[in-house]
Amino acid sequence: MGKDKARILVVDDEEIVRESLSEWLREDGYAVEMAPDGMTALERIKAEPWAVLLVDLKMPGVDGLQVLEEARKLRPDAQVVIMTAYATVDTAVRAMKTGAYDYLVKPFEPEELSLMMRKLIAQKELERENVLLKKALKQQYKFQDLVSKNAKMQALFELAKVAAQSSSTILILGESGTGKELLARAIHAESPRRAGPFVALSCAALTETLIESELFGHEKGAFTGANSRKKGKFEMAHGGTLFLDEIGDISPKLQLDLLRALEEQRFYRVGGTEPVHVDGRIIAATNRDLKKAVEEGGFREDLYYRLHVIPITLLPLREREGDIPLLAEHFLERLRAEMGKPLEGISAEAMDLLVTQTWPGNVRELRNVLERATVVAKGPIIEADDLGFLRSESDKTNEDASAASSSLKEMERRHILGVLRRHDWNISHSAQTLGIDRVTLYNKIKKYHLKEEEGAPS
Amino acid sequence: MTPVESYIYLQWVGNGEVEEDMLEQVKDHLEQTFSLPVRIRQVTARPQGALDPARGQYSSTKILRWVLQDVPWDAGKILSLTDCDLFIPVLTFVFGEAQLGGRGALVSTARLRADLNGLPIPPRICRERLLKECTHELGHTFGLIHCSSSYCAMSRSNTVLDVDGKSGRFCRGCLGSLKRLQAKE
Repeated sequence: MGKDKARILVVDDEEIVRESLSEWLREDGYAVEMAPDGMTALERIKAEPWAVLLVDLKMPGVDGLQVLEEARKLRPDAQVVIMTAYATVDTAVRAMKTGAYDYLVKPFEPEELSLMMRKLIAQKELERENVLLKKALKQQYKFQDLVSKNAKMQALFELAKVAAQSSSTILILGESGTGKELLARAIHAESPRRAGPFVALSCAALTETLIESELFGHEKGAFTGANSRKKGKFEMAHGGTLFLDEIGDISPKLQLDLLRALEEQRFYRVGGTEPVHVDGRIIAATNRDLKKAVEEGGFREDLYYRLHVIPITLLPLREREGDIPLLAEHFLERLRAEMGKPLEGISAEAMDLLVTQTWPGNVRELRNVLERATVVAKGPIIEADDLGFLRSESDKTNEDASAASSSLKEMERRHILGVLRRHDWNISHSAQTLGIDRVTLYNKIKKYHLKEEEGAPS
Repeated sequence: MTPVESYIYLQWVGNGEVEEDMLEQVKDHLEQTFSLPVRIRQVTARPQGALDPARGQYSSTKILRWVLQDVPWDAGKILSLTDCDLFIPVLTFVFGEAQLGGRGALVSTARLRADLNGLPIPPRICRERLLKECTHELGHTFGLIHCSSSYCAMSRSNTVLDVDGKSGRFCRGCLGSLKRLQAKE
């Protein structure tokens, strides 16, 4: 019939009903499986994805309505049709309220079943196309491993792509967890040096002597324990990219050495007398305000300007409107592959919870939270309960931060801002969620001086 | 088909007498359509326990199971015809039933004899409908599924209007599929 084999599960305790209905549906080209009772059905529903579940209402043990209820949680995208020979208004209403697609009274006309199946499958087909389109759209939001649909981030990706083609030094600025190393790797991958090595060094983690040795290498006998000549990161990055993270944390002596190395394109190994020439692209990063550090005398001005050739500032997650759902889906896709867990998505409630967080740890924190949720999730969908720890922590933080000092007005301001962010500043949707009309919402926005660019939660 | 299972068997398992020439006409049509030899088989026994008194109809699944208990050794496929009004439990009626990619198929003349209002129709039209449904159900036994071309014999028929709207032949796509499936058997 020119369509993919949609998967249908027929659940009925009567063998002849299961067999005959399955055969009838198979003739339409569907992939049909059977379950003789509610328990078996739930196991099958949990184990595999289904397009349609045709479930008999009256079954011993777990009945059709219980299967329906559980199926809504386990497979919210599967359409459930309840079949019964004993129709009552009460059960029909319950089935529809619980989320059944339809309620059929046996026996039904072949035409009725045919039309319903066609409609259901066409709907599934549309959903599938929607997913594919979203996926295609997501590709547009990607820069290597970085994902964003935020306009400022998109502009930043464009700048990074152009910068990648040059050999100029790039300085990446941004809070902790915003993805500075990821951006550096993306730039390397986009650059003509992509075939060369990408060498990363976190300057904050090492002592001055160790950094010097790590960065420039050392000659045999340069210091106690230097039993052989060792190449430094600078040398190792020859033909590739050297990423110096936490550059704002290096000592004045190392600042000078680094400045020389950058200016002269050569350096000396520790204990060495012969200059070493390298051809490596430098990308530096810091979460500190380097300009302020220069003004305060903590960072060399000449080195600052040597590094500040192409500055790129990554936005904190709280300022990346609309990015949380996109990033969450992106990470989930990754985690699914990494952890081999067949997760299908994030429930609307869980997503709401993610969107309303302030994420002081930025994208890294979001990824960690999702990794934890992936581990604890029992079903194929990450539920709000799987993020329970997040809710309690956030509640606690909110309480700590605001309970003592916040007025009712302040609480209202924060709540409105949170809802507006969640809806990408769509006034109609936000007003609906808040249960007020649009004019009232506009008045509140004016009253609290709320602005779309306002990123940081107060 | 393997040489030992080379025939399509055709048999009448209805309550009433089989109409004159009916089996012969179906035989000719199937031989042309499937390019396989068809044998008419006389059976005197009739399926038991298939009648549902509450519905006044016969379970097609039960009749089919009964038929499959006694299949000639050289039967690749076996098509049974009946005048009983057939049903499967969830549906009000079926024109027939077949094992998808299996051996057995069943077609009833009961619903083919009348128009949508239950009024009798000319015997010629009734016979044409029968040929179409026989082709359709037997097509399933070769593994063919429903076709989206409404003129193809493999398009699904939920009413007699659907049956009248299609031909007794396969569309090019289904014919190609049939050849491939026959070669596999």
